[in-house]
Amino acid sequence: MSAPAGGVLPLAAAQADAALVRELVVISGKGGTGKTSVVASFAVLAGNAVLADCDVDAADLHLVVEPEVLERHVFTAGHRAVVRAPDCAACGECLEWCRFDALVTPDGSAVPEVDPIACEGCGVCAALCPLHAIDLEPRVCGEWFVSATRCGPMVHARLGIAAENSGKLVSVVRAEARRAAARSGRGLVLIDGPPGIGCPVIAAVTGATAVLLVTEPSVSGEHDVERALALARHFGLPVAVAVNRWDLCPEGAERIEAHARAHGAEIAGRIRYDPTVTAAQLAARSTVELGGGAADDIRAVWNHVAARWLRGGGHGGGGSAGPGGAGTGHAFESVSTITASPLCVAVR
Amino acid sequence: MIVAIASGKGGTGKTTFAVNLARSLEQPPQLLDCDVEAPNAHLYLRPRILGAEAAGILVPRVDAVRCTLCGDCAELCRYHALAVLRTGVMVFPELCHGCGGCALVCPEGAITEELRPIGVVEWGVAGDIELVTGRLDIGEAQAPPLIRAVKAKARGDRLVVVDAPPGTSCPTIAAIQGSDFVLLVTEPTPFGLNDLALAVETVRALGLPFAVAVNRAGSGDDRVHEFCAAQGIEILAELPDDRRIAEVSARGRILVDELDHVRPVFGALARRLVELGDRRPPTLAAAGGSRAEGRR
Repeated sequence: MSAPAGGVLPLAAAQADAALVRELVVISGKGGTGKTSVVASFAVLAGNAVLADCDVDAADLHLVVEPEVLERHVFTAGHRAVVRAPDCAACGECLEWCRFDALVTPDGSAVPEVDPIACEGCGVCAALCPLHAIDLEPRVCGEWFVSATRCGPMVHARLGIAAENSGKLVSVVRAEARRAAARSGRGLVLIDGPPGIGCPVIAAVTGATAVLLVTEPSVSGEHDVERALALARHFGLPVAVAVNRWDLCPEGAERIEAHARAHGAEIAGRIRYDPTVTAAQLAARSTVELGGGAADDIRAVWNHVAARWLRGGGHGGGGSAGPGGAGTGHAFESVSTITASPLCVAVR
Repeated sequence: MIVAIASGKGGTGKTTFAVNLARSLEQPPQLLDCDVEAPNAHLYLRPRILGAEAAGILVPRVDAVRCTLCGDCAELCRYHALAVLRTGVMVFPELCHGCGGCALVCPEGAITEELRPIGVVEWGVAGDIELVTGRLDIGEAQAPPLIRAVKAKARGDRLVVVDAPPGTSCPTIAAIQGSDFVLLVTEPTPFGLNDLALAVETVRALGLPFAVAVNRAGSGDDRVHEFCAAQGIEILAELPDDRRIAEVSARGRILVDELDHVRPVFGALARRLVELGDRRPPTLAAAGGSRAEGRR
């Protein structure tokens, strides 16, 4: 349904296999821990990645990387019931059947209407209406885009207001990002994930190469990252943890790292509290483009994650994992052996 | 009156506002933690737990003796939760949305429904505040049925504060629908503004009255204030950007219990919300769960 942008493709890209593309997903459990700031910095450091903003409810990555939209696609998923009023005898049976309280009778009317926000699209009313006066229509749930940014191609989306099927839209964004990677000969997709642990998060992580959990050392951050970690382990994914703003509560950061280690995650590093992160956002730049302490820390986290999961083997991707910078800031001793074989993903 | 605390962006301080507001109300409220994927209010309130129950979705069970493999159930199901094989009907409970259609269309009456738990609803007390928390099981995709089960615990005789999940999609809608007022918490950054605009569109689509609270005021720029002024949206409270606030909060303590300069912010917010509530007739409708969900 989507034509490749631009027409002519490099031969190598045309031959690349989307299945070989590696995907790094950044999630957090709790929102607002700095996922998007980290992903935007990773995009700059990777230099050769495709970006996928899978926080389709409240996408923000575009505010930093300023995409130029090349393709726009309507996202249709599920259905919505519509009552054909002239054919309705107002028997009221559909009101009884609907478990989502989506059929309502506005004041003074016996003929029901469908509340499109409440309607689950199950089709029970349409199937059982004795006069067949209810239709099911495909539901437009949002839009997705393929764009060009200064950091490479980007696939992103906008879920319609109060729309459903965010998980399916996340799956579309991921699949299109893999295709964009294969087309452009890039071996890596960087995924900015949604908060929480429900359907869009599950859609964002399943089958990915590795998960980076970005959290903060608050009681909420700690509680929620434990749940996100459990989710990643539930799906058998390799996980690393980075505690953002660690110096707001050093003992909390230690507790989070101890828990993470005990549950099979690696520690990718710590990122200090630094007003530059907000300053970068205000300037529509990534943190590493502005520099500073947090930028050094993010670079160290990237070097860890890239060395562990994103380099070696593959085809032309992963490559230049950022200029130097390792060992600065608060890079912590790694649990992993970075020199291990590139097949460590499978070994885990 | 039900006041929902929501936001487009995560981590803007919904729980901070919900908990500190609850503590600042003269009449102790009931707090419903509807962020069932990442519930946090209990970490601050540390309630004494009084009870818990499983909540979930009603999924079909097919009686193989009665079933004639006619296929009507699978034909109706839009979620592909039933498949008719030569030997019997296979049910995929995790795909089921609990619409009940299969049981209705089965000509043999061979389908009954049973509860598939997806999480827990837990309730307790922290001083005078009653807290109800929903906690989604790891690996479960559908949060809304559990959110509706939490909201079914809403009491009519108290002010109810709902701590909603972030975003603009079904979990957020499930949490804020039926509220009398929505407080949208944001921060004065580009991300905060972008997601506030989405949240405003969402509450407008639902026809709910709302206002804004600004957290970490002073940390970014003026664009959130300009947006609110241009849209005629009232800013009911501003919590300053202050490292002490971040540190007290990080340790799971309640701001109004420890920081003198924060107390008036929430005191004024509490009075204003009560005032707004007195002005509108109470609408407690839609607080209940829909019938697709069972509880036990």
